[in-house]
Amino acid sequence: MTKNKAVEHAISEREVKKRSQWGMVFQRLKRNKMAMAGLVILILLILMAAFAPVITPFSYYYQQLGSRLQGPCSTHWFGTDHLGRDIFTRIVYGARVSLQVGLISIGIATLIGGLLGAIAGYYGGHFDTGVMRFMDILLAVPGILLAISIVAALGPGITNVMIAVGIGATPVEARVIRASVMQVRDQEFVEAAKAVGTSDLRIIFKHILPNAMAQIIVQATLGVAGAILAAAGLSFIGLGIQPPSPEWGAMLSEGRQHLRDHWHVTTFPGIAIMTTIFALNLLGDGLRDALDPKLKN
Amino acid sequence: MAEKLVEVRNLKKYFKTAKGLLHAVDDVSFHINKGETLGLVGESGCGKSTTGRLLIRLLDATEGEVIYDGKDINQLSKKEMRAMRKEMQIVFQDPYASLNPRLTVSDIISEPLIVNKTYSTKAKREARVRELMDTVGLAPRLANAYPHELDGGRRQRIGIARALALKPKFIVQDEPVSALDVSIQAQILNLMADLQEKFELTYLFISHDLSVVKHVSDRIAVMYLGKIVELADYQTMFNDPLHPYSQALLSAIPLPTLDLKKERILLEGDVPSPINPPKGCRFAGRCRHRTDKCLAEEPELKDMGGDHFVACHYAGEFKLGTV
Repeated sequence: MTKNKAVEHAISEREVKKRSQWGMVFQRLKRNKMAMAGLVILILLILMAAFAPVITPFSYYYQQLGSRLQGPCSTHWFGTDHLGRDIFTRIVYGARVSLQVGLISIGIATLIGGLLGAIAGYYGGHFDTGVMRFMDILLAVPGILLAISIVAALGPGITNVMIAVGIGATPVEARVIRASVMQVRDQEFVEAAKAVGTSDLRIIFKHILPNAMAQIIVQATLGVAGAILAAAGLSFIGLGIQPPSPEWGAMLSEGRQHLRDHWHVTTFPGIAIMTTIFALNLLGDGLRDALDPKLKN
Repeated sequence: MAEKLVEVRNLKKYFKTAKGLLHAVDDVSFHINKGETLGLVGESGCGKSTTGRLLIRLLDATEGEVIYDGKDINQLSKKEMRAMRKEMQIVFQDPYASLNPRLTVSDIISEPLIVNKTYSTKAKREARVRELMDTVGLAPRLANAYPHELDGGRRQRIGIARALALKPKFIVQDEPVSALDVSIQAQILNLMADLQEKFELTYLFISHDLSVVKHVSDRIAVMYLGKIVELADYQTMFNDPLHPYSQALLSAIPLPTLDLKKERILLEGDVPSPINPPKGCRFAGRCRHRTDKCLAEEPELKDMGGDHFVACHYAGEFKLGTV
């Protein structure tokens, strides 16, 4: 009898063993082939950025004016640009800059915008009005103009570009997060949490944000694409990444004048940007689904 | 006389809306005795749920007092209120919306214990969660299930376990069974009756379903458009309702008797808007006995003797009869 009870207890203990939240998210993510493809591409891009000198024999600023605007061949896989620099090399090195700018600036935007949006959405009232009207003012100024003014004030350079692009993307993030927080805020489980004495901070982080995660992630992955392009725009007008540092957007802009005769100058940086954004979107979609326990199959 | 646990005096809750002031709860007074169940019935939108939330201060009252165990909870500081929350809990209507879909069953039940730091160690807390699950009849294997994996009855049991976690004395039941199948309703109602006996709980049972309220309540209050129109013990309420609105409600309960011909009062029209409500008796517009006095003068809640209160100028003059 006692032995039986012990066995029963052991079984129920094992069944009740806590399933780790992140472990389960990854389990679900693993089942999504598209998301895994996105993750693999992203990891490859990051590895490419990290091991750039190993991958390519050229340096990104070495100019061979004798072989300008060459098409793809066995030495220059993606051809050369108008200064005779190897495009493949510049794309590989450019991954460092572009990925950094894209991810960090959206990180800044999501953090600041998310915090402001979540607090504004949760409390409402005057704070909400104040924050959101300020965001409206930021939105009223074209993003690129805002970024230009910030970079002009702070000076060019990669850090300032990230700050400028990040601030430029903040109002959109804040709006999206505020809207989804407001949607979750009025649900009964939030009221239930209040009834047991949960603090506002815990309600926001434990109950509201996890349930607003889907929109936040989708918005952030889309934002990365926009951030890479915004950084490119800044580089193009000379306020962003300074030449000769390679940056995909800047390469795209520089190659624009050769678009008619030398397709390869713009095509390859374009493909690089597209691949990155595609991978991020796949991963973002997959993460959104994986984070939702309701969609578990 | 029984000891009062909760006493409500002239409680008002107005909401500002674009069209004007919405009188959700308008000057309501009543009390709940220790260990009893007070049923609160009325149509949707009459202020039942708002009253329930005001009683545990999930909403702040516009005016009036809610005295719990001698203390007016509306006067408590944030910190004092947090301590007070352990005494009073709520079970919600919709067991789908009231449970966070991202948390497991044991996460949900342990939330009150975590935020109130009830237990010093995780092991003690988990033991308490297991005990609570057992109390409400949830199998231990469900501890790591998510709410959406369970049926309505089980979900409502989770909600009840969460409400019980802090060992409260008073629980507001906000239509706890109206979202459930009839077969499950009985299970949940029985569970709550058992728990009431076991833990000496006091309930405010909010419902629009008179047959459910009859089954569980010691006394019943009928609300109409933010006001209590009649308050009596359940036998008096069902046998001798004095307010025309209560009479109309009770006449609508179907009886499983073939040859009994009951008078059925069909109310005409709709509930008037609680935004800037009419002067006089709120029910006057739909009342078949209405006079000019009803339209001009608001009736007070009168004591008819034997703890029977009615807010009608002509209380006792019209009886609900069989035809």
